[in-house]
Amino acid sequence: MEIRVQQAGFDLGEETNRFANRQEGMGAVVTFTGIVRDLSTGNLDVMEIEHYPGMTEKALGKIASDAMERWNLGDILIIHRHGRLQPTDHIMMVATSAPHRVDAFQAAEFLMDFLKSRAPFWKKEVIGQKAAWVAAKDEDEESLSRW
Amino acid sequence: MDVLYFAWVRERIGHPKDKVETTAKTVRDLVNELSAKEERYAVAFSDLSALRVAVDQELTHFDAPLAGVREVAFFPPMTGG
Repeated sequence: MEIRVQQAGFDLGEETNRFANRQEGMGAVVTFTGIVRDLSTGNLDVMEIEHYPGMTEKALGKIASDAMERWNLGDILIIHRHGRLQPTDHIMMVATSAPHRVDAFQAAEFLMDFLKSRAPFWKKEVIGQKAAWVAAKDEDEESLSRW
Repeated sequence: MDVLYFAWVRERIGHPKDKVETTAKTVRDLVNELSAKEERYAVAFSDLSALRVAVDQELTHFDAPLAGVREVAFFPPMTGG
């Protein structure tokens, strides 16, 4: 398991290759990437991401360990950025490897569902002089119940 | 005990951290104590259903006990991913 919480950007292709190349005996690698998009008005300037240093790493570690226990996986990679991001920047990625694709797909979905509402990150949209915290969605909370 | 605030809770209270000496038995007692201290705390804590709490970096509930606790954090529902 590799978990990185960082301000710096990351290269999706490089990370995916590095992750895939170190898997032995795994028939499947699934990746998901979250990208800053303009959520409301089409003129988002900056997405600020705040987090809780210490708790963030623990929460992500717990989510990843839960996934490792639940599915037959080889490995998990989670990268999540914080700080000031621009539209089209990559916010985060998860990668899972497994002998078979179903485990890799399901674990990646599980990781994303829990990462959305159980990892201490908060997004703020900045448009010109205005800034607004992104509200959590009810469906994000509800999506946890399927697991 | 360190009390931490994140996102709009931090903005409403005006700073990210307080060091408090407290005899509060539960998180809810601590919230009441802070709210009685100053108006901006009362405003930030006015609707607990809009808040989440972590005790020693584990998500918990407002009736969680505070005995032996080093760090309490208040924040809105998380928006990661």
